[in-house]
Amino acid sequence: MTVLGVENDKIQFSVLGIFKAVLVRDLVIAFRHPSDLVNPLIFFMIVVTLFPLAVSPEKQFLAQAAPGVLWVAALLATLLSLDMLFQSDFQDGTLEQLLLSPQPLYIGILAKVTGHWLLSGLPLTLLSPLLAFMMFLPSEALPALMITLLLGTPVLSFVGAVGSALTVGLRKSGLLLSLLVLPLYIPVLIFSAGAVQAATIGLPIIGHLALLGAMLALALVLAPLAIAAGLRISLGN
Amino acid sequence: MWTWFHRLGSPRWFYNISGRWLPWLAIAAALLIFSGTVWALAFAPQDYQQGNSFRIIYIHVPAALLAQSCYMIMAVAGAIGLIWKMKLADMAAKSCASIGASFTLLALVTGAVWGKPTWGTWWVWDARLTSMLILFFLYLGIVALHSAISDRDQAAKATAVLALVGLVNIPIIKYSVEWWNTLHQPATFTLTEKPAMPAEMWVPLLIMVLGFYCFFMVALIMRTRLEILVREWRTSWVKELLAKP
Repeated sequence: MTVLGVENDKIQFSVLGIFKAVLVRDLVIAFRHPSDLVNPLIFFMIVVTLFPLAVSPEKQFLAQAAPGVLWVAALLATLLSLDMLFQSDFQDGTLEQLLLSPQPLYIGILAKVTGHWLLSGLPLTLLSPLLAFMMFLPSEALPALMITLLLGTPVLSFVGAVGSALTVGLRKSGLLLSLLVLPLYIPVLIFSAGAVQAATIGLPIIGHLALLGAMLALALVLAPLAIAAGLRISLGN
Repeated sequence: MWTWFHRLGSPRWFYNISGRWLPWLAIAAALLIFSGTVWALAFAPQDYQQGNSFRIIYIHVPAALLAQSCYMIMAVAGAIGLIWKMKLADMAAKSCASIGASFTLLALVTGAVWGKPTWGTWWVWDARLTSMLILFFLYLGIVALHSAISDRDQAAKATAVLALVGLVNIPIIKYSVEWWNTLHQPATFTLTEKPAMPAEMWVPLLIMVLGFYCFFMVALIMRTRLEILVREWRTSWVKELLAKP
């Protein structure tokens, strides 16, 4: 297709149609600027590298610190990547068009956040084994790390999108966004890092995963409502 | 039928009626806090384990209760402002934010002061303390968001949404001592059981809690009245009010 939202010469009016249209548009735009994809990953790697350099390169220390360091780095990388979610669409008017469209804004937002996760959370999850290896994370904990990242990064995307929606029109919103969103990220961090920590010593993590899953379910259902409210407020509708 | 509710939204009506309540609330707050403090410091018996250092409970517990209540009030006021578009609710929510942040800070600091002689440490990263710290950050975030947005109504709506999103933290704080193995002790007052301490100890605590609530209402009303005057400065009733000597 050459025009998004139009398939076989028919404009997509359905809910699934707008989901696909918004998601595909975001993915296509991102792949046209590969640096947007790669920069958060490079940041993730650099932040993880800072800890062995600043604190101690001893294998014992790194293995112990690895769950927390990897998760904090993933959190910060997600925070920085939130910029790509609404900012450029706000500046060129696409966001207003999304708000004005007859389809539910809920679905459009779901598509945008899914796109954001596919472009930031998923690559982070896929890169994490390499960094876990660099941080000497015990191999028993690697599945735990990947599962918690897989469950946790969508929550980070959703909650970050709430903050992003509230601050999208403001200048110098980067630091304010971090201030608003980090307290809400803390529960995800506690349970995820706790799960990886527990896995290193062989304890079951199913409780942690259940809570992370619950957070994901809650975020999936309720966050788009808050994001929609935030977008409507920021765009003055 | 809903006139009483919508009348509450009139800044002028609120200004007048709060002007009449304010002296009484201030007197009540002063009496309760003064009598509570004297009873707490001088007449309540010593704790058999902690000696006299437990007396900071009489500031710590009311401050912590108020910190959480203030957040809920702020979230409810924000919701009323979002749903019914009452500007007075927006003003009340804005006033709540900094009061709540102060109460949270007071609770954290008095808690640290209490923790040092009893637990041996100023701070521990257990569930209750961490979630109260998150509450403090949420308050600061709300104040920061409010000051970052220049349009008043947009700022009020944005902070209302943020307050409602952060509301999930309040049950976490309240039940943190039940859900996790924490160093922080469980609740003193519950709805279902008698307090674990004798009456000579929990009665002054109750008095202090009530006194703090009255103080909070005084602070909230005074700030909201100021906010009303600032916003409604162009109206004739405010001009008359300010013209009087």
